[in-house]
Amino acid sequence: MTKLKNAMRYLVLLIAAFFSLFPLYWMIVSATNTSTDVIRGKLTFGTNLFQNYQDLIAVQNLKMAMINSARNAILLTLLSVLVCSIAGYGFEVYHDKYKDMVMKILLLTMMVPFAAVMIPLFRQFGNLKLINTTIGFMLPSIATPFLIMLFRQSTRSFPRDIIEAARIDGLSELGIFLRMFVPTMKSTYAAAITVVFMAAWNSYLWPKIIMLDPDKFTMPMLVSNLIAGYVTNYGVLMLAVTICTLPTGILFLILQESFAEGITGSVKG
Amino acid sequence: MKMSLAKRQSLVGWLFLLPATLLIALMSFYPMLQALILSLQRGTGQQLQFTGLLNYQRMLADPVFKTALKNTFLYLGIQVPIMLLLAIILAVLLNTPKLKFRALFRTAIFLPCATSLVSYSIVFRALFAADGFMNFILLRFGLISEAINWLADTNMARMVIILALLWRWTGYNMIFFLSGLQNISISVYEAARIDGANAWQSFWKITVPLLRPMILLTAIMSTNGTLQLFDESVNLTNGGPANTTLTLSHYIYKTSFVGVPNFTYSAAMSYVIFLLVALLAFIQLKVGDTRD
Repeated sequence: MTKLKNAMRYLVLLIAAFFSLFPLYWMIVSATNTSTDVIRGKLTFGTNLFQNYQDLIAVQNLKMAMINSARNAILLTLLSVLVCSIAGYGFEVYHDKYKDMVMKILLLTMMVPFAAVMIPLFRQFGNLKLINTTIGFMLPSIATPFLIMLFRQSTRSFPRDIIEAARIDGLSELGIFLRMFVPTMKSTYAAAITVVFMAAWNSYLWPKIIMLDPDKFTMPMLVSNLIAGYVTNYGVLMLAVTICTLPTGILFLILQESFAEGITGSVKG
Repeated sequence: MKMSLAKRQSLVGWLFLLPATLLIALMSFYPMLQALILSLQRGTGQQLQFTGLLNYQRMLADPVFKTALKNTFLYLGIQVPIMLLLAIILAVLLNTPKLKFRALFRTAIFLPCATSLVSYSIVFRALFAADGFMNFILLRFGLISEAINWLADTNMARMVIILALLWRWTGYNMIFFLSGLQNISISVYEAARIDGANAWQSFWKITVPLLRPMILLTAIMSTNGTLQLFDESVNLTNGGPANTTLTLSHYIYKTSFVGVPNFTYSAAMSYVIFLLVALLAFIQLKVGDTRD
């Protein structure tokens, strides 16, 4: 009985793992096959990878989209983590009833759907000449209540004695944050960087609205543009999707624990 | 003039949270206010006039809006409960003591959320294309006699979106439950077993109640996400066939940025999403917070 139950357990997990991995396996394999082979259901690696690549860069500016995505995502990640970590630290270390109130008000914006702010932001950014700029791409998502909460929660585990000792040693408040807090909280920073980078790399709706110039297209936009035609070359399409997925996929595989900590960290008490 | 130490520190604290607070005020609160004003107006460009609730009245007679709203609730009502139950079951299985290959199973099930929403939408679109892999495999095993045009049929297309969402988000939610399960001590289950409870009873009587805070949290997050579905609607079905799988965010995007822009009507629709998010979160908090 227990043996059967144990076997069932593994069976369910195996099925779940299979269904989770299969679409990704199919995506990668298809990137190496011709469109005809993909349609014929070929599930093994082929030899058409180079040809698919040639066909892809013939119709889409892959290099530019990669550079745009990388620049946008890296800059946004750095700025966002900087602004939100110092805010989360500030809300916790210097908290008083007014700052707590401000935090509660900021948390309300977790309920604001992006669709509700994108139209006013688009009109405003048009007036401010921020269309087609990296700053325009970044501004709406630099500060998020989610990330501030993550840093506020993790600051709770940062020993107050360190702050007091550093003050006695004559370190300024900013100095304490930069030289004591940041190096100590490496794992929280890794978690935040992973979550923000993945979201920034993958973002689609806002770049689609604000990056109107084809020279500013990002990877998700490039991939999405490939399905606009009537005839789909599945090999080329799956190669583009694979390339778009590689950076976040590799980051995920290396920093899986950080990512898990990042998505759940803001809610742990 | 010299400030007291406490006052000085408090001021430094304000400076630390100023950039983030200002950004959220300017990028969330201010545009929300503008959207509200916009939603009460009519006209194009700078020539806007207040027309009261006309935009909101228009929604009641707009069949596309009604379909989009219906789709959203369909995904919410079917996909979210299935996903959360699956996520809890998988988390419980992964939490089995002395489980072999635990890390491998976890990574595999968690991996889908490393893909971008556009990417996985397109992979599913290709898998479920008329000449796609699903038809190939089903025909090969004789489960169907002719290819199904999944994405050309309203209900099939909705089902594909639900399947895709389950694939992308089940592992993500599972991580929350795994983290919640770590706070439940094994001895609780042992005590229950001694009292004669079977696995089924312990699941519903111990695991689910103890995971309640996590269930509440994931339910609110999923509701919020479902109400904002966009990438899937655009890239998997393109809202089709004939706008029947369109989501609210996709419809708002189309109304604002495709063809003749109608920002004021879009703003009104976006406020409906906002009110729904707030209302559903409020209901879930009320229901989820009842302490026995």
